[in-house]
Amino acid sequence: MTTNDIKLQVNNLNFYYGKFHALKNINLAIPTGKVTAFIGPSGCGKSTLLRTFNRMFELYPGMRAEGEILFDGNNLLARNVDVNMLRAKVGMVFQKPTPFPMSIYDNITFGVKLYENLNRAEMDDRVEWALRKAALWGEVKDKLKQSGNSLSGGQQQRLCIARAVATRPEVLLLDEPTSALDPISTGHIEELIHELKEDYTIAIVTHNMQQAARVSDYTAYMYLGELMEFGDTDSIFTAPKRKETEDYITGKFG
Amino acid sequence: MTTNNVARTDKASKPMASQPHRSRAIYARRRLVNKFNMFGATLAMAFGLFWLLWILWTLLHYGLSGLSMDVFTKITPPPGSAGGLANAIAGSLQMTFFGTLIGTPVGILAGIYLAEFGDRGWLAPATRFINDILLSAPSIVIGLFIYEVYVISVGHFSGWAGSLALALLVIPVVVRTTENMLRLVPGSLREAAFALGAPQWKVTLLVTLRAAKSGVITGILLAVARISGETAPLLFTALNNQFWSNMNQPMANLPIVIFQFAMSPYEDWHHLAWAGSILITFSVLTLNIVARWLGSQKSQSH
Repeated sequence: MTTNDIKLQVNNLNFYYGKFHALKNINLAIPTGKVTAFIGPSGCGKSTLLRTFNRMFELYPGMRAEGEILFDGNNLLARNVDVNMLRAKVGMVFQKPTPFPMSIYDNITFGVKLYENLNRAEMDDRVEWALRKAALWGEVKDKLKQSGNSLSGGQQQRLCIARAVATRPEVLLLDEPTSALDPISTGHIEELIHELKEDYTIAIVTHNMQQAARVSDYTAYMYLGELMEFGDTDSIFTAPKRKETEDYITGKFG
Repeated sequence: MTTNNVARTDKASKPMASQPHRSRAIYARRRLVNKFNMFGATLAMAFGLFWLLWILWTLLHYGLSGLSMDVFTKITPPPGSAGGLANAIAGSLQMTFFGTLIGTPVGILAGIYLAEFGDRGWLAPATRFINDILLSAPSIVIGLFIYEVYVISVGHFSGWAGSLALALLVIPVVVRTTENMLRLVPGSLREAAFALGAPQWKVTLLVTLRAAKSGVITGILLAVARISGETAPLLFTALNNQFWSNMNQPMANLPIVIFQFAMSPYEDWHHLAWAGSILITFSVLTLNIVARWLGSQKSQSH
């Protein structure tokens, strides 16, 4: 891998919740245009790691990240980085669907309006484009003025993906995006991840090993705040180098 | 698991013979305790409701006959002549309106501060504590305060002074409900807005406050209901007026007219006092019902 192919380069990252040492010396490179999955038992720090990529942890007092995360070569943890601009480039979708209390249309335009000045027609196009990307257009095109809360859980989650995609970020962080959804909605979203990786770099946290195997190109196994093993998904799942990884993947542990 | 289960059935089956009898006794006792408590609770409720219904019935009994078109069209009369409460109704509406208009924005902004920034530093806990004191402060103290800082310096009672006193009563109610309603908004919604790169003020105004909207409106309505019947804060501020007045003059208002007319020896003033009481009581009742209804709309949509 040359440096051009690396979107996020994590170097010696340590993370603390107050005194609790949650991430221990993480080193890892997330390649451009691929899907990287993070697996591991609850509390291993995979969500914490994901939330350092858009500095989400800064919303809460007492949390601290040390080390560096290079985003296209620039340390995004540096103090002079504009957090809001960073988050506009690094989108995130959460475990539970979180539609804003407004219409489906306004849900999509909320993020777009923050950093772009589009006229009505351009905005309409953008909304349709984002909803098509999230495979939701067909289901909602006649009810764009309805509340986002009126949709089903799976549709709401795809609306959230559309909302994140609409701002055209470079990286998409998915924090257990399907854990609250039924298998059919999960299937939709996994197909979506396949299509989205053409244009975005995707990092996904999941508790579902099969899901990691299905959707990702690279997989990281984490345990107790440490990165145990990182490599391409095929070799992690077929020939893990470490005993711990194998135990977790085969279900002997975790 | 299996061995455990077997052991448990074993233990349970031994005293089988005496079991049905004992459990029936326990069950009968529980039914009795339940009935007793149910009876006590119903009695307590009936006791409370009894007075409320009595009050409403008294109001309707004495007040309905005094309620006519004159009440809404004519101003407060001198003793012995015909008149109505038009200037008092208008005064109450104006002062309630301006009191709410002044108090609500301050209350909402302070509530936002407490909910969104209230977890760090000492200022927010101190503000919350003072707000709680203000919430339970006797309203006559509020009236005296405005008398001291406003009425004395301008030299006369006025509708504005009354509005200010009422605004001070609105603020703590709105602060409290706004903070509570904003705190009920799930953190995940906030995070989702931040994750799109939205600055704090847009997250709060466009997402969090909107999600809490119906709760905040309920709080405002409850505050309006509270101030529309207040007498004490108006005694030292708006006082009263027999005639029409503007906001810069002493201003007639329902609670004080009721007080003055009810204490008087004149029969026709008594009738007007009863009519005024009906008006206040039923507008407060309506406001409360609307507020409840709005509140329940919210819980259904989530």
